Amino acid sequence: MSILSQLREKPWPQSNGATVLKVGPSILRTPTEVGLLFFLASITGLFTLLLISYNGRILLGNDWVPVPDPAILWINTAILIFSSIAFHRARKHAQASKVIGIRKNLLVAGLLTFGFLSGQTIASLQLYELGYYVSNNPANAFFYLLTGIHALHLIGGLFVWMRTQYRVQLGVDLRKIKVSVELCAIYWHYLLVVWLIIFVLLLTT
Amino acid sequence: MASETVVIPPAELPEVELYHAKSWITKYVFSQDAKVIAIQYSGTAVLIGLVGLVLSWLMRLQLGFPETFSFIDESEYLQYVTLHGMIMVVYLLTALFLGGFGNYMIPLMVGARDMVFPYANMLSFWIYLLSVLILVASFFVPGGPTGAGWTLYPPQAITSGTPGSDGGIILMLVSLVFFIIGFTMGGLNYAVTVLQARARGMTLMMMPLTVWGIFVATILALFAFPALLVASIMMLFDRILDTSFFIPMIYEMGEVIPREGGSPVLFQHLFWFFGHPEVYIVALPAFGIVSDVISTHARKAIFGYRMMVWAIIAIGGLSFIVWAHHMYVSGMNPYFGFFFATTTLIIAIPTALKLYNWTLTLWKGNIHMTVPMLWCIAFIVTFLNGGVTGLFLGNVSVDVPLSDTMFVVAHFHMVMGVAPIFVIFAAIYHWFPLATGKMLNNAMGQFHFWVTFVGAYLIYFPMHYLGFVGVPRRYYEIGETTFVPPSAADLNAFITIMVLIVGFAQVVFIYNLLTSIFSGKKSEVNPWKATTLEWQTSEFPPGHGNFGDELPVVYRWAYEYGAPENVDDYVPQNIHPDKVARKPIAE
Amino acid sequence: MLMAVVLVLIVVGSVAFHLVSPWWSTPIASNWGSIDTTIDITFWITGVVYVVVLLFMAYCLYRFRYNPQRRSEYQPENHKLELWLSGLTALGVVGLLTPGLIVWNDYITPPDEATEIEVVAKQWEWGFRLPGKDGVLGTTNIRFMNDENPFGINPDDPAGQDDLLIDDDLHLQTDKPIKFLLRAFDVLHNFYVPQFRAKMDMVPGMITYIWLTPNRADTFDILCAELCGIGHSSMRGIVVVENVADYEQWLKEQITFSQSMAGLNKKIKSEVKLVSRIQDKQALFSVHD
Repeated sequence: MSILSQLREKPWPQSNGATVLKVGPSILRTPTEVGLLFFLASITGLFTLLLISYNGRILLGNDWVPVPDPAILWINTAILIFSSIAFHRARKHAQASKVIGIRKNLLVAGLLTFGFLSGQTIASLQLYELGYYVSNNPANAFFYLLTGIHALHLIGGLFVWMRTQYRVQLGVDLRKIKVSVELCAIYWHYLLVVWLIIFVLLLTT
Repeated sequence: MASETVVIPPAELPEVELYHAKSWITKYVFSQDAKVIAIQYSGTAVLIGLVGLVLSWLMRLQLGFPETFSFIDESEYLQYVTLHGMIMVVYLLTALFLGGFGNYMIPLMVGARDMVFPYANMLSFWIYLLSVLILVASFFVPGGPTGAGWTLYPPQAITSGTPGSDGGIILMLVSLVFFIIGFTMGGLNYAVTVLQARARGMTLMMMPLTVWGIFVATILALFAFPALLVASIMMLFDRILDTSFFIPMIYEMGEVIPREGGSPVLFQHLFWFFGHPEVYIVALPAFGIVSDVISTHARKAIFGYRMMVWAIIAIGGLSFIVWAHHMYVSGMNPYFGFFFATTTLIIAIPTALKLYNWTLTLWKGNIHMTVPMLWCIAFIVTFLNGGVTGLFLGNVSVDVPLSDTMFVVAHFHMVMGVAPIFVIFAAIYHWFPLATGKMLNNAMGQFHFWVTFVGAYLIYFPMHYLGFVGVPRRYYEIGETTFVPPSAADLNAFITIMVLIVGFAQVVFIYNLLTSIFSGKKSEVNPWKATTLEWQTSEFPPGHGNFGDELPVVYRWAYEYGAPENVDDYVPQNIHPDKVARKPIAE
Repeated sequence: MLMAVVLVLIVVGSVAFHLVSPWWSTPIASNWGSIDTTIDITFWITGVVYVVVLLFMAYCLYRFRYNPQRRSEYQPENHKLELWLSGLTALGVVGLLTPGLIVWNDYITPPDEATEIEVVAKQWEWGFRLPGKDGVLGTTNIRFMNDENPFGINPDDPAGQDDLLIDDDLHLQTDKPIKFLLRAFDVLHNFYVPQFRAKMDMVPGMITYIWLTPNRADTFDILCAELCGIGHSSMRGIVVVENVADYEQWLKEQITFSQSMAGLNKKIKSEVKLVSRIQDKQALFSVHD
């Protein structure tokens, strides 16, 4: 039943006297999935506002000096894409209940994420050594701010990844593992998209 | 009436394993039971709220009797103003309505055993507590807490001419960041529990309005708080790393500060994109609670349930496109004024409808004038008053002479200070028996109500008129002017005395709470004869897991009061239709 | 029962207070009478709603007080009534919004003949700049600011040389429209003269404006209406509205930017008191210690 017709329903007993018991919540998604969707919606708000501020700030001042984009960012992007692919494969294996496949791909995905984070750190250090300090120009400040907040979200994801990996190693409760792998995969794909948007923005301004 | 056949479909979702505490510590301290977390949230919020209350007394002492209290200087006064505002809006009202009432009422009212993510729920409280402690710590750093006003407008919030621009503002912003992280964990819980953990038969339109209010408020918060998070983090950069997100080139301390291009107005847009939904984050749960309490104590179905739900949703949606009505005189593009004045006055329509429906619920009801009901009536009065003055301030050109005067102070205290607090009192008097199994003392309750209600009206109604005179807000003292009549000083003194009297009544309330927990009259089960599920638990007060062996099944809406064909004047939501006593049908 | 009586008392008391209260808008001194009119319209519309709703509620509380013999009426909704009420409310909203938007349009559209005057604010004092004989204000930039050039006027801009710099009371002549250009040097301020009704924030990095026509000769207070730090409440100025003759006389006594740069006028030198912020603050603290 569509949400609109649900909201038009008259809940009080109708005159014909029959009580029709309706089902309760939807079973299409598990609570954890719905929770993740809400969380992604919320951080979409966060990144959208950051990007609006970014563009607004370019227009407001006439002091914007673009940051050179370190070449390593291209490598980092590739690493993150591979990490996302590995999560996707882990998810496929989880759906087929193949524990070994899950373990391998999950491990690769996590290690690639560590690689991405190290690469991002190197990119920042390179810029810093070239004298692009955070206070010199809003473009610099935004570079550190955007990459930093994106990285923090990945680090948060890594905690869930570690717990999942631990569970896979112990080999307990395939049902829970499936849910965790599913969530990680969605989250990583989402953060990949966010990174691609940020990256394009950094390249073009 | 024809006999009914009711088929109970099997539960579509398996019951979630319930978390069981293994030790005293995990049961009462690091607890994952939503009811315990609710009490922890409420207790913390009330304690920090008392700090906010004392700050308001100090502020009023200065305003009522200027040049009398040598221990209050201008910078301290501004610190009181700032911390009072921030504590009351964020750390008291938001935390109490969502963290406190949300945690307590949602699982009970939708027929769930607990929140869906109990561990995240527990973390939510401890992070909230941490944010409160960081806030309190700012009182003890050199320079004291920030005195930038609760809106924290830059550049002033971080420049040296403002008290607390050393450590105070940093701790304030860090505390907000933690508050938002903690809240997000709780907020996901509230939203998902409502969507995914409802009892069988509980369709969306069967939910009590309390749940609707808290649910929509939570969704607003999940989308509004990121704006405050972004603003706080960027301001932290500006303050600590000398960036210029919000700071343009300024001339300060006799020298040019070499920053460039930053926009103070950008901060204001971000702040109010959070700040206006925040008003409704506080108001919507209050709307919901008031609807349920009025309906129960008037023994009458809430009037226009569907309109009430639609109005909550409409207000929630509209609240994201009215933010710049706080900025009519901020220097933003003046043409925005047309748009935001229009949206702001449109939002008055669903809000007014809710108000009409509360009064129409009283029409042909059978009204018990209990203490919770008294608070609800008082809420309608103050909310109507504050809503009406909101039409002054929302209507762009009328706002011009009144903005930044005491009129604004009176307006928002009436509408989002006093009115929601009255609902909190209504809710506490209403649900105290549920939480403790004891009744609150009625005489003390009556005393508390009358002093607080009459006092609050006498404080804030005349205060609007100081705004018409032109007395600006956030003024340490108005001093000598050509336009403020000397009698205004008498009015200020009167207001201060009323504030202290109302403050005393709160002491009586706290005393009532504490003594009633231990030696209050024992409450009967479901003392108000309410229909909603929280009163239909297997144990009274509800125990861990809420509903004993079997989760309830919901057969009807939450407002079956006074239905003519039934013997009793109320039928709880979970009573099987065959077990409802019907009146014999006259042939 | 008691509550019903109290509600009636609240209605009667509030209306009475409104009618006899000694605290009301100061006598207006500008062309913005239209703002006062919109306030009156708002009072009428909202006042009627306030009184009607509260009296209706008082009646319900009295008429339908608890009676064990009686049962409430079971009426889940009445869509027609709700539609009527929405319609009436919408009508009221239109009644409020229309004059509001019309006046706002006037408020943000200064007439072409308005004279430009610049108001500058810094913690915690006011300054004013008139365009001088050429009728044009010189360009400014914070970069140029120092003790000798407290307004940050571009020393190379010929239009700025004859600008009149005023760090004392501002004088205006009656019935002449003025567009105030508002500039802040350090934090947010707000140029507020209660009798003029108009007000606007002053934002560092931006130039904001208001316009008005003073129409009553008198002396008025200027206040800062946007929190600006420790000296917020003591940031006062004075504006004198006077007839043409007095105004012209006052104008003659003012000195130009080039004169002040040349140090021709010792009086001004001593009054350009850009004491460092630290001293200001110490002075403020010592007042209250």
